[in-house]
Amino acid sequence: MDLRSKGERVFDGILAVFMVIISFLAIYPLWYVIIASFSSSNAINEGRVFFFINEFNLSSYEEVFQTKNIIIAYGNTFFYSIFGTLLSMVLTLLAAYPLSKKRMHFRKLFATIMLITMWFGAGMMPTYINIRNLGLLNTRTGILLHGCMSTFYVILARTFFEAIPEELEESVKLDGGSDWQVFLNISLPLSKAMIATLTLYYFVGRWNSFFWSMILLTDADKIPLQVLLKKLVVEMNANYSQAATIDYSTMSRETMVYATIVISIIPMIIIYPFIQKYFVSGVMIGAVKG
Amino acid sequence: MNEKTSFFISRKKHIREVVRDKQLYFMILPAIIWYIVFLYLPMYGIQIAFKDYSVFKGITGSAWVGLKHFRDFFGGVYAWRTIRNTLLINIYQLLTVFPLTIILALLLNELRYKKLKSVVQTMIYLPHFISAVIVAGLVISFLSPEAGIINSIIAMFGGEKIYFLIKPEYFRAIYITMGGWQGIGFGTILYTSALCSIDSELYQAASIDGAGRFKRLIHITIPGLMPTIAIMLILRMGSMLSSGTATIILLYQPITYETADTIGTFVYRSGLIENNFSLSTAVGLFEGVVSFILVLGTNILSKKVGEISLW
Repeated sequence: MDLRSKGERVFDGILAVFMVIISFLAIYPLWYVIIASFSSSNAINEGRVFFFINEFNLSSYEEVFQTKNIIIAYGNTFFYSIFGTLLSMVLTLLAAYPLSKKRMHFRKLFATIMLITMWFGAGMMPTYINIRNLGLLNTRTGILLHGCMSTFYVILARTFFEAIPEELEESVKLDGGSDWQVFLNISLPLSKAMIATLTLYYFVGRWNSFFWSMILLTDADKIPLQVLLKKLVVEMNANYSQAATIDYSTMSRETMVYATIVISIIPMIIIYPFIQKYFVSGVMIGAVKG
Repeated sequence: MNEKTSFFISRKKHIREVVRDKQLYFMILPAIIWYIVFLYLPMYGIQIAFKDYSVFKGITGSAWVGLKHFRDFFGGVYAWRTIRNTLLINIYQLLTVFPLTIILALLLNELRYKKLKSVVQTMIYLPHFISAVIVAGLVISFLSPEAGIINSIIAMFGGEKIYFLIKPEYFRAIYITMGGWQGIGFGTILYTSALCSIDSELYQAASIDGAGRFKRLIHITIPGLMPTIAIMLILRMGSMLSSGTATIILLYQPITYETADTIGTFVYRSGLIENNFSLSTAVGLFEGVVSFILVLGTNILSKKVGEISLW
C-alpha cells in the first residue's frame, strides 16, 4: 500500500529524474571518450559526435597498437602497478602488525615516526635531490620505492589487526608458535576484507600516478602510460593554442589520444564493479577511526 | 628493594621482553628504514632554502645566504599572486563543492527507489577513479575551440566560440568544476555512512507525531549530520594552502598564470623547470610550515568539537 501523498509522489518522481541526470553528467565525459575513439576524425572535427558513435572505424586503435611507445608504456604501467602494489602491501602489513601489539616496546616511537610524516614533509626539491643522491633517478627501483608506503593505510591496517581477539594469538603461542606464525596463520587470513581494500587503494593509486614518474624518469622506455598520456594531452592543448593552424593531422591525433585513454581505463572499468564495495568499506573504516 | 635494584630489574625485564618480541621488530624494520631513507633523509636537504644550492657543491657544500630566497619570494610579484590564487581556489571550493556534496548526499538519502539508488551511486563514484591526466585531457578536448563539445553547443545556439583555456577569467571556474565532477559523488560516501547511523526510531516517532518528510529532514537528518559536517569543514581548513598541483600544471599556460599559478605550481616550476632549487625549497618550506600549523590547529579544534581527532 502506498502511503505517500500525491505531492510526495511527484517529489519522488522529480528527484528520481534529477538523479538520473546527475548520473548521466558523471559518466558522460567517459562515454564521450569511448564513442569518440570509435568515431572518425571527420565526425569529431565537424562536431557530429554527441551520444553515439559516428562513422565507426578502428583506425585510431590501429594507430595506437602500432605505436611502440604506447605499448611499452602500457607494459610499464602494469609492471609498476603490480610490483609496486605488492611492495606497498608487504611493507604496510609488516609495519601495521607489530604496531597493533600493545606489549611491544618502542611502539609509540615507531608510530610517531610514521605519524609525523602526515603533518610535515621535506618538500618537492629536497625529495628530488634525495632520490638523485640515492642514485635512483631514472630507475624503475626509484619509482617502485618512492611513495610506496602511506601512513594512513598503515593506520587502517593496524586498526584492523587490533580488532582481532588476543585469545587466538595466545592459543597459537601455547602450542609453541612464533609471532610470524600468528601473523601468517591467524591475522592475515582474518583480514581478507582489509587486505583487499588496501590492495585496491594502492593499485588504483599506482595505476593513476603520473606526477613523480614524470619528474623522476627521463628514459622513454621506462615511463608509464600516464606520463605518455600527459605528453599527448599537453601537446593537444598546445596545438589548440595555435588554433588557426589546426589541420587534419592534428585532429587524427586527438582520436588517438581518446583511444589511448580508453585502453588506459579499461582495466579500471573491468574491476570497478568488484572494487566498489571495497572502496566504500575502506572509507567506512577510515571514517570510523576518524 | 631500593630504587636502583628495581630499576635494574625492570631494565632486565625490558630487555627480556624486547628479545621475546624480536620477530615483531624484524617485521617493522623495513618500514622504519623506508621512512627514514625516503621521508626523513630528504629533510636534511631543507637547508638549501637558506643556501645558494649548486649541484656541484652539493647540499652541505653550498654557501649560506640566510633568508635571501624568502626575501626574493615575498618581495617579488609571485608571492601575492600564488598565495591569492591558492586561497581563492580553496575558498571557492569550500563555497561550492563542499555544500554540493552534502546536498547530493541528502538527495540520495531521500531517493526511494533502492535499485536506482545503487545504480546512481555506482555512477557518481566512478569519476573519482579517473586519473588526473585523463581528467585534464577531457577538459582540454571538451573546451577545445574547434571541435570541443561545449563550443559545438555554443555554436549550435549561434554563439561565439570561446577558447576557454587561454582566458584567465575562466580558469578557476574550470578547475573547480573539474574537481567537483571528480569529487562530489565520491564525497557523499562519508555523509551517507553518517546518515546510516542516525537512529531510525527517531524517524518513526516523528512520523507518528505527524512530521512530514521535509520536517523530518530539517529536524532529524540535518542535525544528525552536523557533527560530520563540522569535522569535514575543520579538516578542510587544514588544507587551505594545498592545491592540485599535478592537475593545474596540465591545464595552465603562461597566459593564464595570473589566476592559475598557485604555491604548489610555483614550487614545481621554479624548481624543476627553472632549476632554481633553493627558491623552490624556500617556498615549499613556507607552505609546509603554514600547513603544519593549520593541521595542528584544526586537529585541536576538531578534538574539541567532535571528540574525534585525526587519528
